[in-house]
Amino acid sequence: MAKRLDLKAVDIYYGDFHAVQDVNLSVAPRSVTSFIGPSGCGKSTVLRTLNRMHEEIPGARVDGEVLLDGEDIYDRGSDAVAVRRTIGMVFQRPNPFPTMSIRDNVVAGLKLQGVHDKKKLDEVCEASLRGANLWKEVSGRLDKPGGGLSGGQQQRLCIARAIAVAPDVLLMDEPCSALDPISTLAIEDLIADLKKEYTIVIVTHNMQQAARVSDQTAFFNLEATGKPGKLVEIDDTSTIFSNPTEQATEDYISGRFG
Amino acid sequence: MTERTTAQAPSPGPQDEDPAAGSATLDTVTDSDPAPGGRSQGSSSRGRGERVFRRLTSGSGLLVVVAVAAIGLFLLVQAVPSLMANNANFFTSPEFNTRDAANLSFGIRDLLVVTLLSSLFALAIAMPVSLGIALFLTQYAPKRVARPFAYVIDLLAAVPSIIYGLWGIAVLAPALLPIATWLQNNLGWFFLFAPGNLPVLTGTIFTGGVVLAVMILPITTAVTREVFSQTPRFHMEAAQALGATRWEVIRMAVLPYGRSGYIAGSMLGLGRALGETIAVLIVIRAATSPSHFSLFDGGYTFASLIASAASEFSQPLPTGAYIAAGLVLFVLTFVVNAIARVVAGGKVNG
Amino acid sequence: MATDTGLERPDRPAAAPAFQPLSTGRKLKDNLATVLVCLAFLVAVVPLVWVVVTVVGRGIGAIVSADWWGRSLSGVLPESFAGGVYHAIYGTLIQALIAGVIAVPIGILAAVYLVEYGRGRLAKTTSFMVDILAGVPSIVAALFIFAAFISILGAQQSAFMVSLALVLLMLPVVIRNTEEMLRLVPDELREASYALGIPKWKTILRIVLPTALSGTVTGIMLALARVMGETAPVLVLVGYSQSINFDPFSGNMASLPLLMFSELSNPEPAGQFRIWGAALTLILIIMILQLGASVVSRFSAISK
Repeated sequence: MAKRLDLKAVDIYYGDFHAVQDVNLSVAPRSVTSFIGPSGCGKSTVLRTLNRMHEEIPGARVDGEVLLDGEDIYDRGSDAVAVRRTIGMVFQRPNPFPTMSIRDNVVAGLKLQGVHDKKKLDEVCEASLRGANLWKEVSGRLDKPGGGLSGGQQQRLCIARAIAVAPDVLLMDEPCSALDPISTLAIEDLIADLKKEYTIVIVTHNMQQAARVSDQTAFFNLEATGKPGKLVEIDDTSTIFSNPTEQATEDYISGRFG
Repeated sequence: MTERTTAQAPSPGPQDEDPAAGSATLDTVTDSDPAPGGRSQGSSSRGRGERVFRRLTSGSGLLVVVAVAAIGLFLLVQAVPSLMANNANFFTSPEFNTRDAANLSFGIRDLLVVTLLSSLFALAIAMPVSLGIALFLTQYAPKRVARPFAYVIDLLAAVPSIIYGLWGIAVLAPALLPIATWLQNNLGWFFLFAPGNLPVLTGTIFTGGVVLAVMILPITTAVTREVFSQTPRFHMEAAQALGATRWEVIRMAVLPYGRSGYIAGSMLGLGRALGETIAVLIVIRAATSPSHFSLFDGGYTFASLIASAASEFSQPLPTGAYIAAGLVLFVLTFVVNAIARVVAGGKVNG
Repeated sequence: MATDTGLERPDRPAAAPAFQPLSTGRKLKDNLATVLVCLAFLVAVVPLVWVVVTVVGRGIGAIVSADWWGRSLSGVLPESFAGGVYHAIYGTLIQALIAGVIAVPIGILAAVYLVEYGRGRLAKTTSFMVDILAGVPSIVAALFIFAAFISILGAQQSAFMVSLALVLLMLPVVIRNTEEMLRLVPDELREASYALGIPKWKTILRIVLPTALSGTVTGIMLALARVMGETAPVLVLVGYSQSINFDPFSGNMASLPLLMFSELSNPEPAGQFRIWGAALTLILIIMILQLGASVVSRFSAISK
């Protein structure tokens, strides 16, 4: 299920603004890659181009190739909607559908695909909630609205919703930034588990988090405001945090940045 | 139009200990001058300025409340003598005869039927169309053109109702004739399309309803559009990330979020349609026999009847009869608008 | 962790293409929705264009003559294609103007109350009643003025009575617009002023209101445009006159809507000529106000 992701010479523009310049990187299947870097360096932007979510912003445009197991997701034949079904996403702010129950939230993606067999949906619902480490907490109240859960639970619900459609890759855009430390820990544990099944790319502002959860770390930076963001370097997490090649990376990691 | 109760008035300063600045507390504000500077300097003239200004503003607010109350009260006071002198049952009689001041017999049955029929028909047309427009403007149209397009819809509201009336009877009615004829020939068995009490198929409730639908489109659209555009981005992203098509995003995120706003907007539109006067007066022909609940009937609505008789308001008792009809219309629109407000308010607060 | 076993999907084909295309049903529904939604917008544009074309086409003949703008219908026979409507233009403008002079200060003060001072029951009630007032039909507003001022207080029908009814129709529009603009004024501005020791009421008058000025003016112009087209109040509260009457406090006075309505009972072709000419004139006046409003809103100190 988990697939390999390759970015080749990716440039991202918002209208005339060149947001990110020339990104080349590879993500191995069943691994966690984290994107770190200062605000505005384009790491979230790059993440969003991986499942074409940036297309919801008017004027956004991508050059280069994003390959999923060798297949370009920007191929003219492929559809953004189909891509997003294969590459799931979890957002900064937990966003369960407020009007839906917990159960309906989890199976929302499957229902979209036309699965209406109740037994099947129940199975997937339970499996996904278990997969997201949430089953024990909510099994008794699946019919209650998802908005009633705590922030951390909501985020795990969103993860359950994302894995319910069995994606090949899971993207996470600062999934813990709105959560308290305990919930953050729960999500980090979950990421470690999910790694066995999925290819995961995570954007984080928290360098300790990147060090804890990821196998590979990419550091993005921008030279000045108004200039495009760049991928400075990408390497094994341990290398990046102990012995980075670039001075900029070391400055950022050791807190001497800016 | 939507009420933004969340945006609270700024808290002026630490000493603002005036949680209920109702008229009752107005005299106590001297010691809690909310401006820090004003207090420290203890200038009495500033305190007076504050007090006067505060009274002026709350007085103006109060005036609005008083105005609405006065509308109900004065209409009631003027209607009661005529209602007492009425020989017919006010609620069930189809006739509205005020020619003989000594022998009034008037009832609102037909007015109510024609008013509701034309307004609800207008709403039935306007609701789906305005939903479509609101979705178009917020979800489909590119940002660059969405604004001018929205302005175009707002321009519909700028056209005076008398012009809609003239257009409705002179231009639209003949154009609708084939549709009306077809409906009556093929669906005449259904009471709404049964032959009405007019000799022709133009100037019917059907024609009036279409004109009203055009007239209420802008208000219904404006409210719905406003709420749809406030759909939180992260709700929509949740659906998009699951691989939802644009329509599925709308169904999963936009519609659930905006439903109450849509209903509120529709109620506001209904309120407009119920009270629309001059367009209806011009478009819908008078009928001699009572309504049979057909869209091809003619007749008067509350508003158009009052307007038609306006030049004869000389004797108090006959005039009171029309004022009684106006009172019913006032209550009707009050209720509809209050519902709209409650529906929309519920959304904002919770 | 049950992840490993729980998420295996037997129905997932082993060698599926990377991106399965959308099912035809979903695609069809999506396209259908797109078509319907775009159609809805077109449906709304049709009547607007249709009305404007009708009014311009039928009214242009009347308004191109100089007499139209400079004469009244005084002494002009029903069948005669002569005279003008300046008496009605004057009526329309003066009635709206008087209404504005009364409604604007009250409306702005009430909006200030709602945004800056209003707390508790009175504020809630006021806000509720503004919405109710916005929904009061113009004929009901006219009846109320008739009942209160003419029937009970014994006033005579006059243009001023019309203006009073228009005040009721203008107030909610002015209040809501001003309110919205006041809420857009950033709190930092107020706080900066308080920090200088300026009392609240002066802050509102000198800082907050000027900042919100252009939006407020826009709202007032739109409110004026709206009440100028009102016909119900003039039907009930003032008589029609074919000649000019400069005195809004007594006598009959024409206005464009009233002139149109009166000419409806004129069976001569000249009646239609005058009606559509007046309609076009009214639309022109309203358009000027609308354009003015959007120009003023360009100068807004606060970006929305």
